[in-house]
Parts: sequence; C-alpha cells; structure tokens
Amino acid sequence: MRKITMSLGAAALAMSFAQSAAAEKLTVYHWFEYIPQELLNEFTAETGIEVVMDTYDSNEALFANLKAGGLGSYDVAVPGDYMVKIMNDEGMLDTFSPSELKNFGNIMDQWLDVDFDMGRKSSIPYQWGSTSFMVDRDVYSGNIRTTDIIFNPPSELKGKINILDTAGETLAFASLHMGFPQCSSDRAQLKELSEMLETAKADWASFNSDGAKDVLSSGDAAAGMIWNGFGAKARAERASLEYSYPDQGYIVWMDNVVLLKDAPNREAALKFMDFLLEPENAAAVTNYARYTAGVKGVEAFLDPELVTSPENNPPADAPAGTFIEVCAPETQALYDAIWTQLKK
Amino acid sequence: MAGWITKGGNGAQTSIVDGKQHILLMPAWFVIGILLVIPVLVMLIYSFLTQDFRGGVIWEFTLEAYDQFFIDRGLFGDEPARIEWTYLGIFWRSFLQALFAMVFCFLIGFPTAYFIATRAPKSRSFWLFLITIPYWVNLLIRTVSMKFLIRDTGPLNNWLMSWGVIDDPISMINTNFAIQLGLFYSYLPFMVLPIYASIERYNFALSEAAADLYSNRWTTLFKVVIPAVKPGIIAGCILVFIPSLGAFLAPDLLGGAKNFMIGSLVEEQFKGQSGDWPFGAAVSMILLTIIMIILLFYARAQSRDNNGGH
Repeated sequence: MRKITMSLGAAALAMSFAQSAAAEKLTVYHWFEYIPQELLNEFTAETGIEVVMDTYDSNEALFANLKAGGLGSYDVAVPGDYMVKIMNDEGMLDTFSPSELKNFGNIMDQWLDVDFDMGRKSSIPYQWGSTSFMVDRDVYSGNIRTTDIIFNPPSELKGKINILDTAGETLAFASLHMGFPQCSSDRAQLKELSEMLETAKADWASFNSDGAKDVLSSGDAAAGMIWNGFGAKARAERASLEYSYPDQGYIVWMDNVVLLKDAPNREAALKFMDFLLEPENAAAVTNYARYTAGVKGVEAFLDPELVTSPENNPPADAPAGTFIEVCAPETQALYDAIWTQLKK
Repeated sequence: MAGWITKGGNGAQTSIVDGKQHILLMPAWFVIGILLVIPVLVMLIYSFLTQDFRGGVIWEFTLEAYDQFFIDRGLFGDEPARIEWTYLGIFWRSFLQALFAMVFCFLIGFPTAYFIATRAPKSRSFWLFLITIPYWVNLLIRTVSMKFLIRDTGPLNNWLMSWGVIDDPISMINTNFAIQLGLFYSYLPFMVLPIYASIERYNFALSEAAADLYSNRWTTLFKVVIPAVKPGIIAGCILVFIPSLGAFLAPDLLGGAKNFMIGSLVEEQFKGQSGDWPFGAAVSMILLTIIMIILLFYARAQSRDNNGGH
C-alpha cells in the first residue's frame, strides 16, 4: 500500500513539475486501490488542480489519523456511512449548500436523505455495496441464501470458512443471523450472541479481511464473508464462487466523499466533488472498484458485465440490506468484549 | 549484545578516547533517548490515563487499564471480582509459542552453526552468505510465500500427492504447525549467527584434549563444547524468543488469526473499533516488565558465572 501511495505521490509530483508553479493543489485522503489514477489525471487536465493523495485501510484508521492532528491538512476524505456520522458528531466536517455543487442534482434520490447525513450537507455518495458471503458451489450445492452457511455450517463447509477480521461488520452480521438489534444491551441476547459465535468459531478456518478474496479464489476457503465488489473479482478468478443475499439480511454500506473541516482548499474540494458526480466519472470508479455508484445516469458508461453481475444485483425477493449502526460507548464496550472473548 | 558474547572486554581503553567518552557517546545517547526512552515513557504515562472513546486519552489518572487486564467482573462489570484469565491466557499462548520457536531454532541452528564454523575459513563466509540470502526479502513477503507453499492446493501438497506419498492434501495452513514453521523460518539466523560467532572462537584443541581423556563425542559436546559456547547459545535464544513473543505476522497469515497473540491484542486496541489506547499501552508495559525481569535474572546468573569463573 505504501508503494501505491508513493507511486501516486510520484505521479502527482511529476504533474506538479509539468504545470506552472502557481498550480492549485487538492489533498485527498482515500482508501487504498479505490480510484483509478487516470481519473485523477483527467481531473488535473480539466481543472489544472494537482491532486495529492494519501491512503488508509479502514474507517478507524482514517478517524484516528484525523483525530491525531491530520485535520487541516486534507481537503476531502472518503469515510463509510457510520463513520460520516461519527466524524460529523466530532465536528470534523464542513458543510456546503446544494447550490455550491452544480451536479448536486445527479445524486440518486434514494441517497439524498440518508440517516448519516440528512439532506447531504457535508457529503456526496462515492460507491455503495454490500457485505455478505460467497460459497464455492463445487463444494456445496445446497441452499446458500441463509446465514447458517457461516454461523451453523453444513458438514461440507465445516473448517473451510473465512471470516472478515473486522469486529464491526462480523458482529453486525452475526446479529442479523440471530435477529438481534446491532446495539443491544440486553444481557440474554448478548450472552446468546457470544455463545453462538464461540460455537461457530470451531467450524471456521481463518479470520482475514485483505485476503478475503484470495482465500476464496485459491480454494483455501470454500465459503467466506466478503464485500460484493471484492467478491466479483474473486469470481473472475474462480467461476464456481457464488455471492449470497441471505434471507436473514446482509450489511449494506456506502462510502462518501466528505468536505473536511479546515480544508486548505475548499474550492478545489468542491470542484472535485462536482467532478465525481459526473455520471461518466462515477462510472469510471465503479468499473474500477466493481461496486455501485450513487449517481444518476451512469448506466451508459458502465462495463456491461457489471450491469448484470450477480454480486451487484440482488435477487428480486432478497430483503433490503442493513446499515451498520453506531453504538453508544457503553454498548460498544460490550461488543468489544465479545470480540476479545471470541479471539482470546 | 556484544557484551554477552565477549566477556570482560572493558580493560581495553586507549589514550585516544580518554576523557572524550561522553562526547563520543552522544550520538548513541541521542538515539536511545529519542527513539527508546521517550516512547517508553509516553507509553507508561498513557497506560495510567483514562480512555477516550474511539482513540486518544483523557488526562485523568486511573488504574482502569491494569484493572481490566487482571480483574474480571463479568461482561457487565457487576459480578464479584475474579482473576481475569482472558489476557493471561493470551500471554501464556504467546510465551509457549515463543518457547517452541526458540527450541526448534536451537535444534536446527546449533548443528548448522557448528557445521559452518568447522568449514575451512574461506568457505565460511559463503555458508553465512547462503544463510542470509532469504533475509534480503521483506518479512511480510516471505511469510505470504510460505502460505502459498503449504496451502492445500500448494506445491508442497501437489508434490507429495504426485509422488504418491499421500492421497489427500494435508491441511497445514491455519494450524499451529504453520505458525511454528513461519516463526522458525523468520528467526533462524538470529540463532545461527551468535552461536557461529561463539563456536568460531572455540579452541578445538579442547575437544582433542577431551578425546585424549577418553571422552566420547557426546560427552565432549555436552561437557566441553556447549559450556564453552554457552554465551552464544543464550544470546541466540534471547534473540529468537523476544521477537517471537511479539510476532503477529506468522500467527495472522499462517495461523488464520483465530486467536489473539500479544502483538495482535495490542494492535486491536489502537486500530480497532473503540480504540482503547491506555489498555494497549498497559498490555505493552506488562510485556516489557516481564521481559525485563527475565533479562535481569539472566544478567544476574551471567555475572555470577563470570565471578565464579575468573
């Protein structure tokens, strides 16, 4: 990842020499491997603003770095839904009015009034997707539209399951399996959840997030939790993999471009957001990351394979996905304790 | 480190450095001060502060972090206080794992070092060079490569199956065996090099003398060679044991990250959901204290040896 950052940094540096000394600069704090370099080059060509990018690998890392003094050095970042809310509560976000973005109207209606940013005052949609699991159909051909695959697996899959090594998503998914609320403080429920996880763990092979695709495409795991876009890439390498939208529900998430407080170049940040709201550019990100854009009119620019991919198109009878909730500190401490108990 | 291997080398002051020791030591003091003492002090102070939700600290003194480590009050904190076994269990597992890694490294490393040290002087550097070749590559990449080698569909299983040794692949990945293999591979040279340095200086005339006195090979090895090269063996053991204790690449990548090691437990406190920095600092301080106690015992035993020997 450092290598990626460095090469992007080098590219940005090269560009900065190519341009006049007075060139404007935009500083982006972004996930790793989540935006194609050509798109950044195009932004620079269009606006004359050079882009400098740093990367992170989790919402928590982004938050920790901004909290530890990173605020004021970046213009925009790309936090997930619940992190937008946390950052807003911490006063890390600046606001804009819809009139400041000429492409504001391109945001899909369903993504305008979202819980984490009602009316889109500080953020615009970047990409959204789901977190569920995939199963190797060569190994198991039964019904996979149930979370039992992960938490109460059939004998074919026992000992061949990979779990995401992120407490938030895995515990939320386990709560869906049990039909419990995500931020429960009910003793009986938490105890049951913890016991269910400890029993299920005996059937799991590994905990791995960055390797979630690799363990499936290599055959090390026959079933594994994964994000849908990452899953599409896994299926490209091993055709027998199938992504599941279980009946008990699954997690949906949305990454959003936010305007950071004390942004050194607020103007450039807004131009960048406008740029990303152009259907063609939003589609370019989707084609690269294999998730789904939250912008109207992207269809014409999409890779045709994506339009019909099973990972991006839930079956008609699948339930709606559930966003991760932000628990109160006391409740969060209970879930942390359950996670520690699970991995002790 | 050199002090452990070369006993009593402190009588060799020359007139060139006389009276200038402090100036000459400045760079070392500077590095130790900035890179070691200050971070450890920060950690010590943080371990006694109050946790701020999602990372950071509140500047109020509390023993909360140490309390959490040692005392169990149930999930909801209202049960009678008991000893907390969760974290002690994680420490125990890490210690056991480091101990095994140390023993395996010694069993393979000692004969290797002996072999190299008994070659002709010219070819020794060649053998040492061979030992160091894998270490030109980053530890992470080596660990991932190991994973590729031993996975169910990997070359090792494929060869064994094509030779008819086994019918079904042996599941090696995500086991304790895989973790040990990773640690062994990572830290073997730390065992070989100090032992080699000791054996190289060993006077083989002593072995001949023992043989002249009708000592067989094993007796010579245990009564003459090993006591003579003991400082190198102990240095090697410490150099393997301590990094293995904090290792988390091998347990995570090869062992499947199913259980916390001390290293990953600390990491989780800084990168995880609630970001409990004081607790992470406290775990680190407890580990540091344990290691210091071990080293102090060793140093005492060593100085007793020296006094008795001279």
